[in-house]
Amino acid sequence: MSGALPVLDRPLTRNVRADRSPTDMAAYEANGGYRGLRAALAMSAADCLQVLKDSNLRGRGGAGFPTGMKWSFVPMGDACSPGHKYLICNADEMEPGTFKDRLLMECDPHQLVEGMICAAYTLQADVAYIFIRAEYHKATRLLQEAIDACKAKGYLGDNILGSGYNLEMHVHSSAGRYICGEETALISSLEGKRANPRAKPPFPQVSGLWGRPTIVNNVETLCNVHHIIERGADWFQSLGLTADAGTKLYGVSGRVKNPGCWELPMGTPVREIIEEYAGGMEEGYQLRGFLPGGGSTDFLTVEHLDLAMDYDTIGKAGSRMGTGTMIILDDKTCPVGFVKNLTEFFAQESCGFCTPCRDGLPWSAQVLDDIEHGRGLPEDMDTLQRQVAFIGAIGNTHCALAPGAMEPIQSALKYFREDFERHIDGGSCPYCDGGNS
Amino acid sequence: MTDLIPVLSDEELREINAEIAHVPVPAAVAIDALKIVQAHRGWVSDESLQAIARHLEMSAEELEGVATFYNLIFRRPVGENVILLCNSISCWIKGCDKLQAKISAQLGIALGETTPDNRYTLLPVTCLGACDKAPVMMVGEELHENISEQGLGDVFGEDGG
Amino acid sequence: MPVIRIDGVEYEVEAGGNLLEATLGLGLDLPYFCWHPAMGSIGACRQCAVVQYLDEESEQAGRGRIVMGCMTPVTDGAIFSLGGDRAQQFREAIVESLMLNHPHDCPVCAEGGECHLQDMTVMVGHRDRHYRGRKNTHRNQYLGPLIHHEMNRCITCYRCTRYYRDYAGGTDLAALASRDHIYFGRHQEGVLQSEFAGNLVEVCPTGVFTDRILVHDYTRKWDLQSAPSVCTGCAVGCNTLPGERYGRLKRVHNRYNVEVNGYFLCDRGRFGAGFVNSDKRLEYPGLRREDGRYDALDHHRALQQLQAACNQGNLAGIGSPRTSVEANFLLRTLVGPDNFSPGFADSEQPLVNLALQLQQDSPAVTPDLRSIESADAVLVLGEDVTNTAPRIALALRQSVRNRAYAMAADLGLETWQDAAIRNLAQDERSPLYITAPGDTPLDDVAAGTDRLAPQDIACLGQAVAASIAGDSNEAGQDRAAEIAAALAGAQRPLVVSGTGCASGEVMQAAAAVANALCTAGRQAMLCLAVPEANSLGQALLCGADAPDFSALQQRAEAGEVDTLLVLENDLYRRGDGDRIDRLLAAFKRVIVLDGLDNATTSSADLVLPAASFAESEGTLVSLEGRAQRHFPVFPPPAERRPAWVWLLACLKELEREEAGSLHHFDDITRACAAAIPGLSGIPAAAPDHHFRNAGVKIPRQTHRYSGRTAMRADVSVHEPKQPQDEESALAFTMEGLNRAQPGSLLPYVWSPGWNSNQSLHKFQGEVGGPLKGGTAGVRLLQPGSGPVVSGSTGPEPFRAEDGQWQLVPRQKIFGSEELSALSPGIDELVTPAFVELGSADAESLGVADGDGLELGDGLARLELRINDCIPAGCAGFAAGHAGAENLQPLARVTLRRAEGWQRREPQIIGSDGGGGND
Repeated sequence: MSGALPVLDRPLTRNVRADRSPTDMAAYEANGGYRGLRAALAMSAADCLQVLKDSNLRGRGGAGFPTGMKWSFVPMGDACSPGHKYLICNADEMEPGTFKDRLLMECDPHQLVEGMICAAYTLQADVAYIFIRAEYHKATRLLQEAIDACKAKGYLGDNILGSGYNLEMHVHSSAGRYICGEETALISSLEGKRANPRAKPPFPQVSGLWGRPTIVNNVETLCNVHHIIERGADWFQSLGLTADAGTKLYGVSGRVKNPGCWELPMGTPVREIIEEYAGGMEEGYQLRGFLPGGGSTDFLTVEHLDLAMDYDTIGKAGSRMGTGTMIILDDKTCPVGFVKNLTEFFAQESCGFCTPCRDGLPWSAQVLDDIEHGRGLPEDMDTLQRQVAFIGAIGNTHCALAPGAMEPIQSALKYFREDFERHIDGGSCPYCDGGNS
Repeated sequence: MTDLIPVLSDEELREINAEIAHVPVPAAVAIDALKIVQAHRGWVSDESLQAIARHLEMSAEELEGVATFYNLIFRRPVGENVILLCNSISCWIKGCDKLQAKISAQLGIALGETTPDNRYTLLPVTCLGACDKAPVMMVGEELHENISEQGLGDVFGEDGG
Repeated sequence: MPVIRIDGVEYEVEAGGNLLEATLGLGLDLPYFCWHPAMGSIGACRQCAVVQYLDEESEQAGRGRIVMGCMTPVTDGAIFSLGGDRAQQFREAIVESLMLNHPHDCPVCAEGGECHLQDMTVMVGHRDRHYRGRKNTHRNQYLGPLIHHEMNRCITCYRCTRYYRDYAGGTDLAALASRDHIYFGRHQEGVLQSEFAGNLVEVCPTGVFTDRILVHDYTRKWDLQSAPSVCTGCAVGCNTLPGERYGRLKRVHNRYNVEVNGYFLCDRGRFGAGFVNSDKRLEYPGLRREDGRYDALDHHRALQQLQAACNQGNLAGIGSPRTSVEANFLLRTLVGPDNFSPGFADSEQPLVNLALQLQQDSPAVTPDLRSIESADAVLVLGEDVTNTAPRIALALRQSVRNRAYAMAADLGLETWQDAAIRNLAQDERSPLYITAPGDTPLDDVAAGTDRLAPQDIACLGQAVAASIAGDSNEAGQDRAAEIAAALAGAQRPLVVSGTGCASGEVMQAAAAVANALCTAGRQAMLCLAVPEANSLGQALLCGADAPDFSALQQRAEAGEVDTLLVLENDLYRRGDGDRIDRLLAAFKRVIVLDGLDNATTSSADLVLPAASFAESEGTLVSLEGRAQRHFPVFPPPAERRPAWVWLLACLKELEREEAGSLHHFDDITRACAAAIPGLSGIPAAAPDHHFRNAGVKIPRQTHRYSGRTAMRADVSVHEPKQPQDEESALAFTMEGLNRAQPGSLLPYVWSPGWNSNQSLHKFQGEVGGPLKGGTAGVRLLQPGSGPVVSGSTGPEPFRAEDGQWQLVPRQKIFGSEELSALSPGIDELVTPAFVELGSADAESLGVADGDGLELGDGLARLELRINDCIPAGCAGFAAGHAGAENLQPLARVTLRRAEGWQRREPQIIGSDGGGGND
């Protein structure tokens, strides 16, 4: 952790210790924990929602959709048919290169639970789930302990703190598959089914888990909720450096001196994150490019280092901020191998529902494998370009997995085209002794 | 025939029924039930799957469809320790392929295989969310970070397992 | 109606539909795979992609986005491009992707020539393969004797599991694994359990699921000769398309009828016609010698014998509820109405008459299957429709979804948004209550099941009726009140019953419920199942007072009649053996017209080989009172003739006046309609033989019908003249016009570019709507206004008696029906006859599952199955099965352990030992 920021300015990681030991209930409360919950319960659900809307909190899972607006589609009061309403925390962190939610859950589980109780209250949901990936054993255990502690304190269960509001919360440990991170696939999985994404409309806000109104939000998003309710929209807005409000967990992995994850003001420049926090490139390595926010975002290159890391700026540059965890491509790692690794990942993680994803991604991976291993043909470049057009647009496929998978390919073809051609012309990988090819 | 029907243990049933208690239909806990039985038995055999399906009032086909969808439900026997070696991008940059070759050589198994002494099964896994500590792997429930080829001996013992 | 623009042309389309259906309905070609008109949209295959433009400006600028036709609602003013480069390239790319792993095995694939994937591949113009990788391959599974599995051909459209699980309620077929490893199959090899599994053959757009019987005796679609037909497997009257080659019936496909079977058949119907090829079929007339053997005759001599016999004696006739109105009418004409028995078993005859009478009297509507699907609350009383009238069960499975559609409507979802609606409604269903003397295959979607003895079913039904009428609030009738509330609270309540449990009281109770609903102002429907393809027609023809077997026997014993003609009816299935022996012995001469050798033909002095439904024309009246015509698929071989031909020839030989004006089959139909008021509508069932389609006949053979000369080249290299069909508008050739004719005359579906059954939409006015030429068949029954009797309390409650069990029929889709059980494939699925008891009753007898039980005093020895759904004091028995013929439904019999019983070995799941391309 960097100590560069004043404590108040990094609400999400204020309880994160250098040794990453978990914060328990006592420590959490001693540091102001569950004050946000009390603040929320003192307000009406509608007022809570208004604060959220005013704060301009955007989803931290990758898509950046305004959270308050997303929640406003949930039917409230008499507009909602009788029955359950669900809040689901998407803790299925599996985007390649992304390691921020693990930090939040392992170091400060109560923060997520408190954020979820406040979110559920705002939505008047009566059941909440934390859908967590199977490999996060420690986080699963800590969250269950936090939930149990909350039940003991009256923060969960019936008539929370005498408010008349009831909420039960469960931790669901998944059984693998990246696609579960897609919110409707996650819902299918939580119903005990194959995790096929669902067509929208209807949106989960009106027909989600068991056909009931449901909100699915990322861990980091939910961790912000009680802070915003407690301290107000203006405070949250003031945290960001650019139009996108709040702080953001940024990460850097790859050949940098100090890979890691830091909570920084939204809009912190890329260069600052890589050079100051991540310590710059390892000795002997040069930066060639980076994926700004996980494996399904377009490459950016050195020319983009001075951009602010926020949704709009990175979007205008032709990529997406995604999860905000950057993956660095250095000069000794083969860009073709890099993209091949990602494409094989996405091909393997396709749920198999729609044709372009199920059959198109393995083909793309096959072409990349041929090129990487010197079996590529000149026309393979056309094939890849065609595949990008075929698979790459939202709407061509059933969900966003395959279009996301195309982002590194299409941008690699743009920025590293000569590398592909050297593979094809030379009949072998020019990096094969370096990197990992 | 009835005595041939494999049954779930009391412990397994207790855990599964606790899950069933908060869902609308028993079949909704299919994944939880598979994981519970797998936690007890190491993997999910045909017989186990049929027993779970019966308990959840669903067909073996429906449950098989679920079981075979998720990569962490093992429908074939695995060793006492499952090695989940991350092969996603950050670990790949940091040399997970060479690491895998080393592990394979050390344990004498390829990806998907189990050592003859049944101690280890080696499987690839998607990004483990510890990219700042790449390369990483899990052995059982324990995450091993920043693994070096030299460090493998500490994990598996110098004798290679 | 919304106006949409496609490639610059404006079209008016139905509101509420999706673009794909609208496009197909307009006659435009848009390729698709996963969408199915009966199953709606899920957006999986991405094949029906088009470009949608936000407005005219973006259309001109070419700035549109790709959308899936099947997932896009048609809204007024919407602008699309089907033919533009982008949409076309995308659709081609989809097929290219599907082809990555698809084998190049069309020449040896049973789907070849009627493969939707082939058609779509040609349609999108995909030709050159760019992929250099290896193809994924799979192991196939043995799925039983009816369905062949070839997973390598799969394009993962999910139609199979959507049909099998979502539509038909099967549970033993699922999508397994994921990504490009998805496998559609069972957990382990074994027989697919759904009674409707055969539709997979038509639902699968390629050759993964094919007709296993056909695969082993193969002919391509284009080489089949086919004709519009009607299934004879039960009384539902599903429309079928049997196909023939080399004088063998090769397969049966669905023939679309929007009001009856829609897109689907049951497996009895699809696979149950194989008896047509049986080596037990009779080809020559036989005259019994004194030594009991038969001399073969040609048809001239047979006719002489028939004429002589008719001249010698006073005639009596027994007709058949499984053959046509016309053949029965001619026999009745020949022997006289007073001497003509409809051919029901004595106990069955009043039941069928009652079913007819209740429907004629009740103000409730007799529903067609489409109406059954629209019911929003259903009570089934006593009838196991899955096993007696299977297609109705499939319709009832759709009816319980009406609750989901109502929920969807609240959210503004259209009915075709299939996945969304299933996710929304989950297990919410419209109420379906099933009351039966045991478990039924529909129980899984029932809101409530009551397993009761028939008398108690009737009591419950009457209590429901009373509760609807507000007459009763007896204690202990909570269930009746619950059912009554569900029915009375529905917009379109339906009551289903029938002859299946052999109780008239049960049917009367069903009618009482329907009548009470009508009185309470509801649009009630009453559906009564009867056993056979023409049971209702026979009841209409003969009337309630027709003599039964006992009456005929008395007349014979009194010397009033001495010569018996039996029409297509194995009497030994309709009464115990001694009883039928005595009946036949009462006559001097017995003449039998039938298709297959059976116990009755073996007792005959003269046997005349009758053509099957596939070789003959005829009118059948279904359980909803729909008269429908079937036409010969191929001419009968050798000396086999349609029964009506034999009988008409006989009448003419006898120079009977009634025959003077009868020249064609149509004349018989008209004569029957003129003579029998209840059947006056039957000529309208199909156009007569004068009909021409745009001036020409309708071909039974496709344009590509090949090898006609070679077919007989081993006999002669000269191609014989094709048979002439003088009796219908159909021709036994490939010449003519198969387009837009009346639905009753549709011999196959094909349209340029559409070789598979998906070409059907080219014959529909709109997708899922009636055929362009009209719906086949004519309804003979109208709702009655008649006596609405209420206040009946039904029979006394059932009381179990010590040492006596009441026999309740347990119907089986495979085994209870005579002819289908003789068909290859189905014969493997017919189980030995059984008796079912609850475990307490079995325990009292000291017997266990698999033991033998002797019923009555030597009436039958059957294997025991323990089934706790059988009410105490009742014993279920395998109705219609060999070995159970002597059992009288509802009789009380003693039971005891059968001595010397050999327990069967546990059955090993079969494996695919067959030939073909397994």
